[in-house]
Amino acid sequence: MEANYYLGDDVIKAFKDGLKREESATGKDILNQLLQNAEIAKQEDIPICQDCGFAVVFLDLGTEVYVKGNIIDAINEGVRKGYTEGYLRKSIVSDPIKGKNTGDNTPAIVHTTLVPGDKIKITVAPKGGGSENMSEVRMGKPADGIEGVKDFVIDRVLRSSANPCPPIVVGVGIGGTFEYVAFLAKKALLRNIGERHPDPFYADVETELLQRINKLGIGPMGLGGRITALDVFIETHPRHIASFPVAVNINCHVARHKTAII
Amino acid sequence: MADVTRMKPPLSDEDILKLKIGDSVLITGKIYTARDAAHKRLFELAQKGEKLPIDLKGNVIYYAGPAPTKPGYIIGPAGPTTSGRCDPYTPTLLAQGLKGMIGKGVRSKEVRDAMQEYKAVYFAATGGAAALISKNIKAVKIVAYEDLGPEAIRELEVENFPVIVANDAFGGDLYQEGIKKYKR
Repeated sequence: MEANYYLGDDVIKAFKDGLKREESATGKDILNQLLQNAEIAKQEDIPICQDCGFAVVFLDLGTEVYVKGNIIDAINEGVRKGYTEGYLRKSIVSDPIKGKNTGDNTPAIVHTTLVPGDKIKITVAPKGGGSENMSEVRMGKPADGIEGVKDFVIDRVLRSSANPCPPIVVGVGIGGTFEYVAFLAKKALLRNIGERHPDPFYADVETELLQRINKLGIGPMGLGGRITALDVFIETHPRHIASFPVAVNINCHVARHKTAII
Repeated sequence: MADVTRMKPPLSDEDILKLKIGDSVLITGKIYTARDAAHKRLFELAQKGEKLPIDLKGNVIYYAGPAPTKPGYIIGPAGPTTSGRCDPYTPTLLAQGLKGMIGKGVRSKEVRDAMQEYKAVYFAATGGAAALISKNIKAVKIVAYEDLGPEAIRELEVENFPVIVANDAFGGDLYQEGIKKYKR
């Protein structure tokens, strides 16, 4: 519920910084509306956006923790309660072809990672459909290298244009396998705006991509302007000698995530 | 903000032809929500030549599926959804007299062509500004397809709903022009 009501300070700051740099009058109007919108949502405990997302949960489970009962059921119960009691929109269909709305936004997507220790870290990142639809996995060639990654990201953002509700946040996964690279791109979106990759090489690529995206001219809501993206985050993983998976996961400006440690 | 045009549906050809891409418009009056699921049903009825549950003549459709209404509120947060999902059905609805659409994101060539043919406009609202937009909605009534939940057709009474003309009836496309203007 909190992730859907309260936009992070990092995103609010990014809107304010963007306002100073935006050249388009329409773009400035939109950024001001987003700031007002976040304030209303926070003051009144109502969702920032009517698309309250797919409940994507990152569960880091300490190997020394003993959980009585089924933790996935417990997470779904939390989602059911949060989306029902919090007046959040239920957007999940039970079967992709034959289904009906499940009525309580379950089931959640749960990514479980076993980690050392005696704690459970749960991060909930409700993900909107409009921006998710503009995301893509590409199995490239190792010869593509970092320049190929950059070109793919720029091309993906350009083709997305207005649809993912810019200013966007761009998550990029490089390496691993077909399914793992998509997970990396999603995980990248959990970072706060302005948080750079610890490896200076990838930190520089993130900065360069952000600058290039903000020269595309797409602007807030795609109506033309400077501020197309708030940030770009890269996550990497070792890869097979034959493969070069790259994934781009796009988030709208409602870059929501909330973490609790038990 | 530049000059603001005020519009009150139903809209005439004359109203539509006054609008150019980039114009700021404040809409007051009745509009209807419909997403792609409701569009599919309207489209199928229109194809069979049957009567639609709402009269589209001169009217405006808002691509939106609001969040649930909190007690004491008129409506839950209700921002625009991606318009492109309605594109396959839109030319048929324009032929039925639909004059305006409010949403977010780019439209297909077929829709843009049909807007010129039938004289209609596409307005962009601010995606994600759902809490703010809900303050411009003064009354709401479900008028069709209640079984679709958030996707049901709702009649909204709006006041000064701020939108921008993204596609006009002359073939103008702000999404293309905007990028041309600000590309470095």
